[in-house]
Amino acid sequence: MIRARLADAALALALPVLLLAAYDGWARTAGNFFFPPLSEIGATFAAEWLFTRVPTDLLPSVGRMLAGYALAVAIGVALGTLLGLSRTLSRALDPVLQFLRALPPPALIPVSLLVFGAGDGAKVFLIVLGAVWPVLLNTVDGVRGVDATALDMARSYRVPAHARLTRLILPAALPRILAGARTALAIAIILMVVSELVGADNGVGYTVQLAQRGFDIPEMWAGTVLLGLLGFGCNAIFVAVERRVLHWHLAVTGRATHARRP
Amino acid sequence: MQLIPAISRGRGLGLAGVVGVTALLEVVVRTGLLPQAWFPPPSRILPAFGEIVAAGELFGPLGQTLQGWVLGILAAAAVGVPLGVLIGSWPLTHRLTRFTLEFLRPIPPVALIPAAVLIFGSDLEMKVFLIAFGAFWPVLLQTVYGVHDVDPTARDAARCYGLGPRAVLVRITLPSALPHLATGLRIASAIGLILAVTSEIVVGAPGLGVRITDAQSAGGAEDVMYAWILAAGLLGWALNGALHAAERRVLHWHPSYRGGVR
Repeated sequence: MIRARLADAALALALPVLLLAAYDGWARTAGNFFFPPLSEIGATFAAEWLFTRVPTDLLPSVGRMLAGYALAVAIGVALGTLLGLSRTLSRALDPVLQFLRALPPPALIPVSLLVFGAGDGAKVFLIVLGAVWPVLLNTVDGVRGVDATALDMARSYRVPAHARLTRLILPAALPRILAGARTALAIAIILMVVSELVGADNGVGYTVQLAQRGFDIPEMWAGTVLLGLLGFGCNAIFVAVERRVLHWHLAVTGRATHARRP
Repeated sequence: MQLIPAISRGRGLGLAGVVGVTALLEVVVRTGLLPQAWFPPPSRILPAFGEIVAAGELFGPLGQTLQGWVLGILAAAAVGVPLGVLIGSWPLTHRLTRFTLEFLRPIPPVALIPAAVLIFGSDLEMKVFLIAFGAFWPVLLQTVYGVHDVDPTARDAARCYGLGPRAVLVRITLPSALPHLATGLRIASAIGLILAVTSEIVVGAPGLGVRITDAQSAGGAEDVMYAWILAAGLLGWALNGALHAAERRVLHWHPSYRGGVR
């Protein structure tokens, strides 16, 4: 058992180690200005991001992302529940919502600048505008998918409306809501970076762009690596939370629910 | 026979929803609840959009955005599908690459914008690279999942009947993986459009995004800006619809697409 696990881990780590070694070997001999060796990127990463720039750039980035994401989830779940409870309303608004979801959110950057100027507000606003739709649409789907028999039974037992909502409807819709929230997280991270590439004065994305403009290649790659780690870390945390919150669902169905509309 | 009235009633409701939301926006803006400087009334945006269409201005930028999208998605599929089939076909390659792929997937593709600009410049090449990179992961991963999930009994049966490896690939593996691949393409399409518009807005690659920023910086042309945003949204909506229709056509035989209106 332990042996099999170890073999698994060795297999899993073999490829990344091989890839990194191959890159490093190539970068050392090729001497390409755009692709410095790993040691250089690593040294810059340690010097910049452990932990000099953490309070000045990393925390503002993460803070804006979390604020925007939290708002998007809250708004998406609240509006999605309201819409999902009314069959007519949700069907009437479906085309409008589909349009808003299909609209590529970076197209709204000029709008965010127009409304909020260049500050934090514009960035949070953009993240909310982009991330809210997958949550909202999946919440509508989840609420509308609640077992009709269970709803009828709750009604005939005179379960009060708020208890019906918190005990029956929301838990039943939760797998779908979380599937939407996972898509929204990826979008929120993308928009966090994008919003910092236009009219920002701090943040990880801003640092990367500044380094690129100054041809400071190792620093550019160090920031890019950090953004990659940030994406990976957020996703890992989300999966862990989802597994905890949905353990009952996983136990019943044996798998996570995927967003029907990614 | 019951179906047709139900569908057309859904359409009618949706149309009512679109008209209702537009009218509501008009009222909200006219009464000053939403400042006109932020959001001009729809009665100004829609004529501005009509003007862009009538003057033929729309089609150049639309074509440029679409060109980057098509080339990027094709490049991602050309690399991602064969690689996915290779990885998914054997348990060893699957185990070898799983960790690496799960690590690379959540990396926000926009983090590579500064590096891509440095290496590829700020035109079509950079845009296509970004879209291809972002679209590659969903295509690859969904292909791997799809190939991995092929019913082993069907594969073994085909082998027993003397089908060669190529016939097994074409007759069994690829058709069973197709629904997963379709999901991958749908995710890739949405990400591709986001990256196309991002590279236009942030870097200035020619396309719809540039027209949005141009209209914003012109000052006093908010209606034109929203007209271009409307165009970007309609493009996303049309791409989504086209993919859905294609999916349903190609996969009409598959159990998960048979029956059910939606």
